[in-house]
Amino acid sequence: MTRQMTGAKMVVQALKDQGVDVVFGYPGGAVLPIYDEVFQQNDIRHILVRHEQGAVHAAEGYARSTGKPGVVLVTSGPGATNAVQGLTDALMDSIPIVVLTGQVPTFMIGTDAFQEADTVGITRPCTKHNWLVNDTEKLSDVMHQAFHVATSGRPGPVLVDIPKDVQFASAEYTPPAKATVSHYQPQVKGDMDTITELVEAIENAERPIFYTGGGVINSGPAASQLLRELVSATGFPITSTLMGLGAYPASGESWMGMLGMHGLYEANLAMHDCDLMVNIGARFDDRITGRLDAFSPGSKKAHIDIDPSSINKVIKTDIPIIGDIAHVLEDVLKVWKARGRKTNKAAVAKWWEQIEEWKTVKCLAFTQEGKTIKPQYALERLEALTKGHDRYICTEVGQHQMWAAQYMGFEDPNRWMTSGGLGTMGYGFPASIGVQVAHPDALVINVAGEASWLMNMQEMGTAVQFRLPVKQFILNNERLGMVRQWQELLHGERYSHSWSEALPDFVKLAEAFGCKGIMVQDPADLDDAIMEMINYDGPVIFDCLVTKHENCFPMIPSGQPHNKMLLGEDASTKDAIGASGAVLV
Amino acid sequence: MSALKIKKGSSQHSAYNLRPTFSDTVESHTLAVIVDNEPGGLARGIGLFSGRGYNIDSLTVAEVDHQGHQSRITIVTRGTPQVIEQIKAQLGRIVVVHDVHDLTVEGSSVERELALLKVEGTGDKRVEALRLADIFRTNVVDSTLDSFVFEITGTPDKVDAFADLMRPLGLTEIARTGVAALVRGT
Repeated sequence: MTRQMTGAKMVVQALKDQGVDVVFGYPGGAVLPIYDEVFQQNDIRHILVRHEQGAVHAAEGYARSTGKPGVVLVTSGPGATNAVQGLTDALMDSIPIVVLTGQVPTFMIGTDAFQEADTVGITRPCTKHNWLVNDTEKLSDVMHQAFHVATSGRPGPVLVDIPKDVQFASAEYTPPAKATVSHYQPQVKGDMDTITELVEAIENAERPIFYTGGGVINSGPAASQLLRELVSATGFPITSTLMGLGAYPASGESWMGMLGMHGLYEANLAMHDCDLMVNIGARFDDRITGRLDAFSPGSKKAHIDIDPSSINKVIKTDIPIIGDIAHVLEDVLKVWKARGRKTNKAAVAKWWEQIEEWKTVKCLAFTQEGKTIKPQYALERLEALTKGHDRYICTEVGQHQMWAAQYMGFEDPNRWMTSGGLGTMGYGFPASIGVQVAHPDALVINVAGEASWLMNMQEMGTAVQFRLPVKQFILNNERLGMVRQWQELLHGERYSHSWSEALPDFVKLAEAFGCKGIMVQDPADLDDAIMEMINYDGPVIFDCLVTKHENCFPMIPSGQPHNKMLLGEDASTKDAIGASGAVLV
Repeated sequence: MSALKIKKGSSQHSAYNLRPTFSDTVESHTLAVIVDNEPGGLARGIGLFSGRGYNIDSLTVAEVDHQGHQSRITIVTRGTPQVIEQIKAQLGRIVVVHDVHDLTVEGSSVERELALLKVEGTGDKRVEALRLADIFRTNVVDSTLDSFVFEITGTPDKVDAFADLMRPLGLTEIARTGVAALVRGT
């Protein structure tokens, strides 16, 4: 049965019908009719953020930790432009979010009206798709399409721009079941001939490696389950990108740790020396490949990805499979089992011996000494003291992010929220808010640097208002640590503007917002302080003063291949980055 | 939706497999993109080219299915085989794009472009312009005592050749439609 209703009511009805329970938003003139409808119902909870960028990152955190699309509601003009940061972030990391923006009424579009911006024009390159709805008749259809596009195929952000007169006007509401079926139906099943080719390669490989990415997480829990089955059945080593952590458990037998620029020594050397690389839902990002012409020179490369444009984009693939990870892995397992579960056991055992030898380098070793806390030590203790908890970790961007990826272990998918592709400082705090909203009883920790954290510190108000007990674990080195590290390695130790001057007193800041602040600087006090943070029922700003000039190792200097890693204190870092590497970021 | 729609036999591997090697040779390809005719549809395709640093040599677009509201964008682009494949895949994943055809790979195709050329002159030059225009089978669509507007249809090469001949004879203005192309046969 169809119903007449206003565009504004239609928006809220469509959200309900799409199973939305939370919206992150900020009101303004051009979305007042929708906010009026939000006011008159109780099914959808609205979380009022303090800045529209925070709303989108919160929706990203919600989406990544639940697998459901995150929803944002903001106004026209500045509301929409402030959301651009989060949209770009979500596009780079393939996070499904639906952003609804108000727009000036249709008859004023193009007149430079108050708070008018060409929202669909501005966001065209930073959304998977966007719509300007110029007729209430089309609104419910577009709303359902938006959810379909955001969550189908390679997920991503979409935006629906709704002029104010379209919100006021009435039309017939179309429920999801009666909505126009989109022609956008990405292929999920992989080509069986190519899958068989991959199975043959798995059977014959002498030095195989699974290289997995965020696509496994995006594909859903079934994909992680199938991946675990495949890894344990074949006994092949597995490494993952930053975005894929948790798909295979860190405690798993075949786990080698993260790979890439700050990845583990053994993972990177195995990538370099392998004879079969099976890329599952990763995209050969430049943080992973290093120097392209020296990337894993002797290997046959298989690539499973739902997005055809990821195949052969930067690395030539021998066995390309386009499809959804869960569907493809299911078929791979089926074919491999049917053909007798064969692997080259002797060769793979020898390969593991080699890997074990690389592991003896202990590339993450550090010494905690003296009266100052090392950031690695802080994270090692955080990991140890929170391990048993129902735990979600977010991060900002920089050294602390890499250390968190190195020193914390993730046992399940959807437990790790970080800005990988875009590298957005200021992502982690609002993301932690989104995660906590979705999982009210879980322990949600945002591992941050003081500089990143300040970029969206206004969201402290949101955390306090909605009683979201997010723990802001700030590794405070009073530096933009990663920038400083690059200036040390590349720019003759000229530390141009890479320190944090005039920092607030974080404990007082916490008190000013009405939550708890904890400052710790003595390693002997660290455990107690972390326990105090965990046990406090409410948001906490944890100010952990750490060594100021610690560098993040291991590191593949830009412009270098995987087997040219810097290993830390003992390694010579002088002139580590050559002239050709210097132009890279 | 198959973004990598390559005819069987045009690649030695499976339908998903692309060119066997990454070659440095720059090729010119004519792509036909079938897209929903909606505001921003063209901008999505073209924004991709500027955003990712690809070349456009020629571009034509018009609605070809009025009932289905679908437009056909014909793009002539240049790049290494890897870049061409990437362009096709990137176009193919645009939500409003229904199909991407690489006419250069899918078999021989006919390509036509229409151009209008204004040639001004008197005396021998005017006579010579008209004579050459006749050889090139152009139509005279406007004439004054000291100018002609010629309409020429043909491949871009033919249009180029005619324009080169007209230049010393008083070519003052040229308008070109860009390439429209279809695969030959069924």
